[in-house]
Order: sequence, then C-alpha cells, then structure tokens
Amino acid sequence: MRIILLTIGVVLLVSSITFFAYEFYSFRKTAKENLSTIAKIISANSTAALAFDNEGDAKEILAALKAEPHIIAAGLYDRNGRLFASYPSGLGLNALPARSGSEGYRFVDSHLEGFQPVAAEKRPLGTLYLRSDLGAMYERFRVYGILVALVAILSFLSAWLLSKFLQKSISTPILALAETAKVISGQKDYSVRAVKAGNDELGLLTDAFNYMLAQIQEQNRALYNFTQDLEQRVRRRTAQWEVANKELEAFSYSVSHDLRAPLRGVIGFVTILEDDYGSKLDDEAKRITGIIKNNALKMGQLIDDLLTFSRMGRQEIERTNIPMAVIVDEVMQQVAPADKDPNIRWVVDEIPDIKGDINAVRQVWVNLISNAVKYSANKETPQIEIGSFGRDGEIVFFVKDNGVGFDEKYLNKLFKVFQRLHSADEFEGTGVGLAIVEKIVSKHGGKVWAEGSKNQGASFYFSLPDERPEFSKQDTLNR
Amino acid sequence: MNPNSVEVLLVEDNINDAELTIRELKKHNLANNLFHVKDGEEALDFIFCTGQFAGTRTMQNAPRVILLDIQMPKVNGIEVLEKIKSDDRTRALPVVILTSSKEDPDIKKCYDLGANSYIVKPVNFERFAAAIQNLGYYWLLLNQRPI
Repeated sequence: MRIILLTIGVVLLVSSITFFAYEFYSFRKTAKENLSTIAKIISANSTAALAFDNEGDAKEILAALKAEPHIIAAGLYDRNGRLFASYPSGLGLNALPARSGSEGYRFVDSHLEGFQPVAAEKRPLGTLYLRSDLGAMYERFRVYGILVALVAILSFLSAWLLSKFLQKSISTPILALAETAKVISGQKDYSVRAVKAGNDELGLLTDAFNYMLAQIQEQNRALYNFTQDLEQRVRRRTAQWEVANKELEAFSYSVSHDLRAPLRGVIGFVTILEDDYGSKLDDEAKRITGIIKNNALKMGQLIDDLLTFSRMGRQEIERTNIPMAVIVDEVMQQVAPADKDPNIRWVVDEIPDIKGDINAVRQVWVNLISNAVKYSANKETPQIEIGSFGRDGEIVFFVKDNGVGFDEKYLNKLFKVFQRLHSADEFEGTGVGLAIVEKIVSKHGGKVWAEGSKNQGASFYFSLPDERPEFSKQDTLNR
Repeated sequence: MNPNSVEVLLVEDNINDAELTIRELKKHNLANNLFHVKDGEEALDFIFCTGQFAGTRTMQNAPRVILLDIQMPKVNGIEVLEKIKSDDRTRALPVVILTSSKEDPDIKKCYDLGANSYIVKPVNFERFAAAIQNLGYYWLLLNQRPI
C-alpha cells in the first residue's frame, strides 16, 4: 500500500517537473522571439522618423504597440543614445533606461526587455527599447500548478482506493498465509491449515501450502510412530534381557551350589573309604576309588571354570589403572613358584600399565602363564617370554613358550569353550581357560590371537586399547 | 545330649555334608558337644528355646558357635541369621555361614546382617577337612566368648 502510493507520488513529481521545465523554457524562447519580431517591425517603421528627427512620427509609430497589450514600455533613442520618444506617451523619463544599451534581450524581474538597433541601408540611426510583461506566463503557470495538484490528488485517491481493493484480494490471503506459517512454526502444530480465499493463483498457493503441511504432518506421525515402536521394542528387549540375565544368574547359582554338594559327598566319602578302610581294600579297589575321586575332582574344576566363564560374560568391567608388571610378577609367583619350578627360564620384558578390570585382566595372565608353564613342562629347559609392544593405538601383550605348541590347522578352535588340542592324560585341563581369556579381552575392546606349530612352542597375544596420553605412548617398546 | 551344654550348633539340611563335618570335628575331638538340626525352623526353636526345646534348655547356655548353611527348606539360613542378629539376647552369638558356592550373591548380605564368618565348603575333601578343622579350633579353643 505504502509502496504503491510512494511510486505514484514519485512518478507524478518527476513528470510535473519535466513538464514545468519544458513549458518554462519554451515559453521564454517564444516570448523572446515574439519581442524580437515586434522590435524588428517597429524599428523598420521608425527609420524615417529617426532619420528626419520627427518626434511626432516616432510617437505615432510607438503608439501602434497598443495592439500588443503585454508590451508595457518602449523607447526610441537617437544615434547618440539619447531618448528620443517613449511609449506609452505619459511615461516618465525615469521609467526607461536613460541611454541606449547593446543589442539583445534579457529577463529582468518579471519582465523581458531588450534593445534593437534601428538602421537604414546599414547606416545606424538609433536604438529601439522594448519591455514586455511576463505576467501572462506566470498566470499560465499558476493554472498549470493548480491542475497538477488536482491531478495528483485524484491519482492518489484512486491509487488508494485501488490498493484497498487489491489488498482485499491479494494482501489479505498472503498475510493470512504468513500468519498461519508463524503459528505453525511457533507452536509446532502441523495440524493447522491456511484458509483458502479464492481459486486464483493465491488459492493455488494456499493449496500447495496446505498440501506441504499435510505431508509434514504425515511424516511427523510416521516418525513418531516409528520412535514409539522402537522405544517399546527396546523396553521389551531390555526387560527380556534382564529376565534372561536374572535367570542365568539364578541358574549359575544353582549349578554351582547344587552340583557341588553331591560332588563333595562323593569325594568326601571316597576319601573316608580310603582313609578308614584302606586296610580292607586290595590294590585294584584302591585304584578304582582313586579314579572315582579324580573324576569327581575334575568335575568340580569343570564347574568352577564354567562358572568363571559365565561370570566373565555377564559382569560389567570396572576400569581402573592396572599395574601390569606387578600383576604379571604376582601371577608368575602364584602359578609357578620358584621353589616348585626352578627350571623355568623367565624372560620378562617391559610391560606398561593399562586401564581395565584388574581382576579380569589378572585372570587373563593367570590362564596364559599357567598354560605356558603347563605346555612347556616336558622340556628340559622350559623358557617363557613375557612382553609387550605398541601398535595403532593399542598395546599388544604376549606370552611365548618353547613347549609342545599346537597344530596350526586347529588355530580356529583354540579360543572356543571346551575345545582342547591335547588329550586329558597328556595335559590336564577343562578347555575353558582360553575361552575365558577371549571373553575378557573382547569385553575390554581388544583381540586375542596365537601363533605356533607342533613341538615349536606357542605364542599367545592379546591387545588392549592404549588410553594413555599421547606423550607417554612413546615409552612403549617396539618389537 | 543335654541341650544346655551344647558348644557347636550345626544347622545343615544335607545329611552327607553334616556327616562329613561332624566326622571331621570328631576326629579332632571338637564334636563332643555338637548338636545337629536339619532346618532353619528347628534351629530357631533351639536358639530361642521354643517348640520342642521349650523348657528343655535355657537361653543363658548359648552355644560357642553356630555353623549355619544357607540353602535350607522352610526357613533358610539368611532368615535364621537375621533373627539371631536382630535379637538383643542372641546378637553376640558367633555365626559362621557355611555354603556350597562362592557364586553366592548372599555373601554381602550375610556380612551386612552381622555374620561373623563366611566359609565356602570346598569340593575337594582334603581342603574341606582342613577348613572344618580350622573352624573348630578357632571358634571352640581360640575365640573368647563375650560373657
């Protein structure tokens, strides 16, 4: 609305100014030409009067100017520039220039005045002075001004009326659309719809807008349903998982409790049989009671290992700083005390500290080091090497022995629960130790692997993420 | 046996475990004044002189130690422990929890309730025997009673 009115105003102003300027210029030009023509006619007629110095004739000639009402004063000057005759006859001498001036016309105040030489056959006889009143021109301009003002008022009025009408059909629907958009983005309520005003282009725009809203609403609903569904599924799964976990815990508890009690009975009473009735048993009976006892003991060990394996899977890991070198030293003392296994040659390298669950990581070392001790026991000089190296943001720890090793084609079975590569009478064991190692390490975000071949010793590696600050990583030994 | 001169109260539902325990204590002459009850209800009757023990024994003649199994029918060991430790007359009684499993989620609970010891019965008989023997020596001979 304001823009429309401003545009109209500027257009009107520019065209009026142009019009005025042109009129002004052309009027002055015409006035000059007219005055010059009259002056030429009068001067041609007054040659004789000047030549013969006839003042009466001169006055008569000038009196003819009555026909031109806008010429308000005139004067004839003789050859010497003195005033010779004037018009109108009653005009005082002071009203005219005292002496003649040079040829040409000038605008002075609201007048146009000028001098025209009077000559006969190139002989100068005198000068004619004319003064014209421009009142008529200014009168015309006044009328123009009033007209322009009237036109402007009319234009503004019609523009205002027109824009008021247009606003109803254009601005109102657009403003309503904008208001709807504001409400929607403010309240995030995509069920709001814009009201359609007509079937014109704006109606189409409103339709498109509403269609877009419908799509957003639909997508939102789909997204909401999806999220709800997902949340519900997560809740249901979590609940199921919690129940399963509780059941597993209860199961582990019963297994450990209820399977151990009868075993204790078997072992206990076989032991009593051996101790208290040993004298009544022959060698074969003693051998058999020994077998019973060993099997029961083995089963006890199996139960313990299985429970450890299951506990490691369920337990949350508590990350603290682990003094690895201290742990390794303790485990070595525990697994193979120097007084019991004096033959073992230990080669222990630098072992950096790491963050992790101290009990779980200790279990890893126990299992790996006791394996190394067990499988190298047949060697004359068993050698066990323990060390570490850093690589790609993790630290790799290793335990190497020069023992019986393993057949490489069974590598994939090595870390599986109950998988053994040696028979029980060769080497005792339940086949759970390395599975526990694998479980603990993968829970810590690391990996386990092994290298080895038959009778060539075995190397077991496990990697743990290196969470130490960058500067201290350089300390890590590279292999 | 005179229930007023009981020194060890064994609360154990597994008769084999009970026999092995008693046998081991006897071997070291520690079971002369041992009384065996087979569930928690019987244990509470004995300790608080109620039921079959009403009138036959007095609270003043308390045992030196109670060996208490956890998993028992009717009233379990945890409930027995709770009753003993929440009664002013019996709070000072030493209670040793004997259980089959170290997986036991009850370990912390037992200590919170005021158990004086928590022993996992080993499957291996040699170790079981050693544990029982140590237990007997400690609570019957070494430990000084509160009264």
